Amino acid sequence: MSASGTDPALPLEIHDLTVAYHKKPVLYGIDLEIPAGKLVGVVGPNGAGKSTLIKAIMGLLPASSGWVKVFGKPYRESCHRVGYVPQRESVDWDFPVSVMDVVLMGRYGRLRLAQRPTRHDREIARECLEKVRMLPFANRQIGNLSGGQQQRVFLARALAQESDLYLMDEPFVGVDAATETAIITLLRELQSRGKTLIVVHHDLSSVREYFDMLVLLNMRLVAAGPTREIFTQEILQATYGGRLTILSDVAQAIGEGG
Amino acid sequence: MPGTHPRLRAAILRGGGILIFLLLAAPAHAARINELAESTLSGRMVRFFTFQDPSLRYALLGSMLLGICCGLMGAFLVVRKLSLLGDALSHAVLPGVALGFLWGMTKDPLAIFIGATVAGLLGAGTVQLLRHTTRHKEDASIGFVLASFFGVGVCLMTMIQNVPGGNKSGLDKFMFGQAAALGRGDVLLLAVVALLALGAVTVFYKEYTITSFDPGFARSMGLPVQVFHYSLMLLLAFAIVSALQAVGVVLVTAMLVIPAATAFLLTDRLGWLLVLSAVFGMCAGAIGAFFSFVGRNLPTGPFMVLAAAAVFTAAILFGPRHGIVARWWRHVSRSARIRRENTLKSVYHVLEDEGFRSEQVDARELAERRRETIEEAQAQLNTLRRHGLATLSGDGISASLTPEGWQRACEIVRNHRLWELYLTNAAQIAADHVHEDAEKIEHVLGEETVRRLEKRLNNARRDPHGRLIPGLEDIRLGAGARPTPPQPTGYGAPDPPAP
Repeated sequence: MSASGTDPALPLEIHDLTVAYHKKPVLYGIDLEIPAGKLVGVVGPNGAGKSTLIKAIMGLLPASSGWVKVFGKPYRESCHRVGYVPQRESVDWDFPVSVMDVVLMGRYGRLRLAQRPTRHDREIARECLEKVRMLPFANRQIGNLSGGQQQRVFLARALAQESDLYLMDEPFVGVDAATETAIITLLRELQSRGKTLIVVHHDLSSVREYFDMLVLLNMRLVAAGPTREIFTQEILQATYGGRLTILSDVAQAIGEGG
Repeated sequence: MPGTHPRLRAAILRGGGILIFLLLAAPAHAARINELAESTLSGRMVRFFTFQDPSLRYALLGSMLLGICCGLMGAFLVVRKLSLLGDALSHAVLPGVALGFLWGMTKDPLAIFIGATVAGLLGAGTVQLLRHTTRHKEDASIGFVLASFFGVGVCLMTMIQNVPGGNKSGLDKFMFGQAAALGRGDVLLLAVVALLALGAVTVFYKEYTITSFDPGFARSMGLPVQVFHYSLMLLLAFAIVSALQAVGVVLVTAMLVIPAATAFLLTDRLGWLLVLSAVFGMCAGAIGAFFSFVGRNLPTGPFMVLAAAAVFTAAILFGPRHGIVARWWRHVSRSARIRRENTLKSVYHVLEDEGFRSEQVDARELAERRRETIEEAQAQLNTLRRHGLATLSGDGISASLTPEGWQRACEIVRNHRLWELYLTNAAQIAADHVHEDAEKIEHVLGEETVRRLEKRLNNARRDPHGRLIPGLEDIRLGAGARPTPPQPTGYGAPDPPAP
């Protein structure tokens, strides 16, 4: 895969994106440009639409208006350059697959229909498991892992995708301090190799330390830019300071009317 | 059957009679079939196992094929937590069966297949529609579709029974299944569907796995998740519809769910789950066909389901990992180990109280220590001897620990005291509150955790009550060929006198 640095197109460009659940808008008119090689935190209160933004970028949720371009193309044409870490609760951990099986799924995007993973794919999956220090658990059924271990398996799966842009939905939820440090170290390493990472995060206390760019959301884009410039009392107040009463009232009315 | 012992024969017949009675709950009917069985039951068993009868061959082959088919599709239903959808689909096909018959007023397999498939898909579609347009979740939607479609089906079936010739149509067999009624066309249909299911699952194994496990992730990689979902639903509808004739509308859902649920108890790999589920389904099908044939004209479905349920029960009881017996055995052996370790600990305490001057422990001293009778203490010491942890004196009233016994005793006491120290030092819990907890933890602390505890506690030598914590040195000495338990030195040396 080409390194992002040499690619003239932006990893992510969003124009006037509006997303609605059951006709009730949760994201309004988002405009966003993410330059290559950034470690970006997506921050905002509960229900601000952080996960919705991630899903809408990948077309998992339909946009009511606006467009998304990934490396200058529609998502479908660039999907092989995007790695994804969904929320941990989004899957059934009793599902009868092993840790290795799950990490190999990261390679499926590169395989043809009906093609089995090759020895090369297995080798990459092993390396990715080693990076998150989960190789000793490769043959375990995924339900027999702690929350932090499950999160690391998801991370290894995203690593196995060998992408240029990573979208991560709450990778720090339910993990212990040691795992959190290990994950952030790994993210920095990816960043140093020119990858772009967009990470949904909920813990304001570590934001300044972790991310060099922030996207502050509350149903609409409050601010986006370098952390040291926009992580200010004033902007945080604007992001978290109460619900946007009129906006959410209108959303409610549209939801009921539709 | 000449030459058979009459009482054995009577017993077999009685067994068959009871089964029939249970099934039909109609004594008069049971008696009539019992008469039939009287003349030919054993003969039919011989004929079953020699496969002379072509209709039997169809019945058996068809039942096994439907078992494989339902097993494969059922496995996906179970791992996707969609078992109820199988139920809805199988009941929703009934009006389609009736309409398929009405199309040409004959039991044409193809017309019935098409009618049933359309009705089934209509049912599944209605469930989706209700889920998306009303505030109902899947369960209520499934309940509605299942009952209303089935109701329409029963009405149509009753009407067919009432038209001239309708009651001879054999359509009533669709309710509980009749493998013996399978014709060449039915078996051919089953074979095609089984091949289709087997082929699809083998070729697209990777795709079906990922779209079942994490559809969101699959879509993010550009996989057509909906195509795989609906192809699976279509195959499911095919499996149900082709199985109807043999297993019946009412119980086909059990053939989907039970073999897969059984396999899920035995394995945690999807590949094996599919294989086991198909094998269980096939066996249940064969057993159902056997009873249906031997009992002549008995409905096949209930016997297939009973066979599957028997395997399921066996898996619950005897499964190697999650089985009740295995779990009970693990519990029993763990309790026994804990009892042995507690005895070892008491022996250590007795030796410690005597300042390790003697290596012998008296059953009486042990009994006092453990607040037991002498007999109980002797029994405990005997258990230690049987496990090679102690040797008994000739009269059996005193014992000394073997090197292995001494090592384990030191480890348990060390674990106990380290944990007490950890709780009081690191977790700030009062010294008189920590004993109970340590009593449980001492048996489960691994060596790695012990190392970490030691490091955290700076290799402390004394527990919160001022007693010496046996150190690595003591354990190693004991494990060697030293004849007498040495004076424990604790961690590091020399040790200051106890406060």
